[in-house]
Amino acid sequence: MKIGITCPYSWDVPGGVQSHIRDLAEALIDVGHEVSVISPADDDTPLPPYVTGAGRAVPVPYNGSVARLSFGFLSVSRVRRWIKEGGFDVLHVHEPEIPSLSLLACWVASGPIVATFHTAIPRSRVLLVTYPVVRTGLEKINGRIAVSEAARNTLVEHIGGDAVVIPNGVATSRFRKAEPLPGWPGPGGAIGFLGRMDEPRKGLSVLLKAFETLGSERPGLRLLIAGRASDPEEVLERVPLELRDRVVLLGQINDEEKVRALHSVDVFCSPNTGGESFGIVTAEAMAAGVPIVASDIDAFRQVLRGGEAGELFVTGDPDDLARAAGRLLDDPGRRAALSAAALAAVADYDWSVVARSVYSVYETVVLGSTQVAVTASGDEFP
Amino acid sequence: MIIDLIIVIAAALLMGVYVSWRAGRIDRLHVRVDMARAALDVTLLRRSSVALELATSGLLDPATSLLLAAAVHGTRPPGGYGGAGSPPMSGGGLGGVVPPETTQRPRDLAESDLTRALRAAFSQPDFRASLSGKEGADELLAEVEAAAHQVFLARKFYNDVVAATREARRRPLARVLRLPGRAAAPEFFEMDDSLVAEASGAPLGL
Repeated sequence: MKIGITCPYSWDVPGGVQSHIRDLAEALIDVGHEVSVISPADDDTPLPPYVTGAGRAVPVPYNGSVARLSFGFLSVSRVRRWIKEGGFDVLHVHEPEIPSLSLLACWVASGPIVATFHTAIPRSRVLLVTYPVVRTGLEKINGRIAVSEAARNTLVEHIGGDAVVIPNGVATSRFRKAEPLPGWPGPGGAIGFLGRMDEPRKGLSVLLKAFETLGSERPGLRLLIAGRASDPEEVLERVPLELRDRVVLLGQINDEEKVRALHSVDVFCSPNTGGESFGIVTAEAMAAGVPIVASDIDAFRQVLRGGEAGELFVTGDPDDLARAAGRLLDDPGRRAALSAAALAAVADYDWSVVARSVYSVYETVVLGSTQVAVTASGDEFP
Repeated sequence: MIIDLIIVIAAALLMGVYVSWRAGRIDRLHVRVDMARAALDVTLLRRSSVALELATSGLLDPATSLLLAAAVHGTRPPGGYGGAGSPPMSGGGLGGVVPPETTQRPRDLAESDLTRALRAAFSQPDFRASLSGKEGADELLAEVEAAAHQVFLARKFYNDVVAATREARRRPLARVLRLPGRAAAPEFFEMDDSLVAEASGAPLGL
């Protein structure tokens, strides 16, 4: 099948939507589909062969922050040319409610269109006011996908209609192998954490409390923490003075460093206290084959197969976390078993599986429909 | 003796006249601030309304339309125009009372966002050429530009009278005798109000 995918955000800026599109496109290409992605990108950015650059994105204020988007009649003509030359069987737009390429593609195209909605938008008034502007484009969409229940609720409440929920996948092969960071995990062992440090529901404070016990019992044990923090000093101050030099903060890291960080620890901890619908970070750690100790919330219970693929502890209980992590640190055999089980379990969440679900949406919308073409109204535009 | 008394009384009278003249001037300045603020408010509202007209005119592509419409929306007071009044400034000036839990963007920032959105639309290469010949396009673009220029002027006048008022309030006599009474010191209104990008390197000055 010939598939055209539009990305609303600049390809050279790292972001969740861009990674989603990259992984989806590659998974579809892997099984033999012809995929072309159009995305805003700086002219000198090296692009993968399946990406067509739509010119430099312009930074504009949108919804209270500055976004880099493609709009205007030049973008329209680029999108139109891409559709004309592509001869796609299906057009897959991402975030068509954002003023960028996807919205323009909906506007100029006719034929089978699938849209994926990524965001949960709390400010409904904006959509209410701007909806008349985007309605013409959105009404052409034949199949809608939401990446989470929250995104689906936003869609149902603000735009109307429904969507199938297909969660993000994990590009498991990207996580499989990596060189550990220099000096890690070290002879005394290491525990890892990944996520926003100052977001309470990520549960870092539970882990820091547990490390007080673990660290004093095991003199060589270290803690590796990666993720954004507004005030790293404050995070360190929560650790007792004598343990502080064994807590290493990496700050925000890129994708490659993330994989290396996951391979740098003996045990990965997901201490979230709630609010997680899937737990992508936990799934990525599973894909890296790191033994996992995670809190007993629904999302983790599900992805870890009720504890078969990772150790679960009582949510928010640092003592239980310390016991569970301690058991794992002391038992290399158990760690190896959990690692193998995690690798097997995470295969269910691989992009190849997700891409199959997305493909079945494509199959549904192309039934009885013609190829994607440029509409008359789109043609009239300069 | 009598002469001395007369001199003292005359001096006191003169002093009184002078103080009341200063107080009157400060009062008049505050009235002028109010008028300038009302004028600025009108020009901002007019600019929002023509920008929304442009956004919904069907002349622009939907992405540009959506950008403008969202930016206009950002300048709306919380709860609509009949509601709690204009959004407050980040510095606390020019605007009404807003419930503390609101997520409304301060007015100066929201209006600057609208300027930048307009600038992003207008600074596309061949923007005008792409619209010329379309029904009503030239008039509408001219109206947007005129409205934006009026904002620029009204803001300049407002800030001038605010500066004069603040200067008058700062005088030692005004401070010691508390001549402004309970009237709060007026705040400057700072925003990005130029439709033309200043430097060539950064098309939006962002």
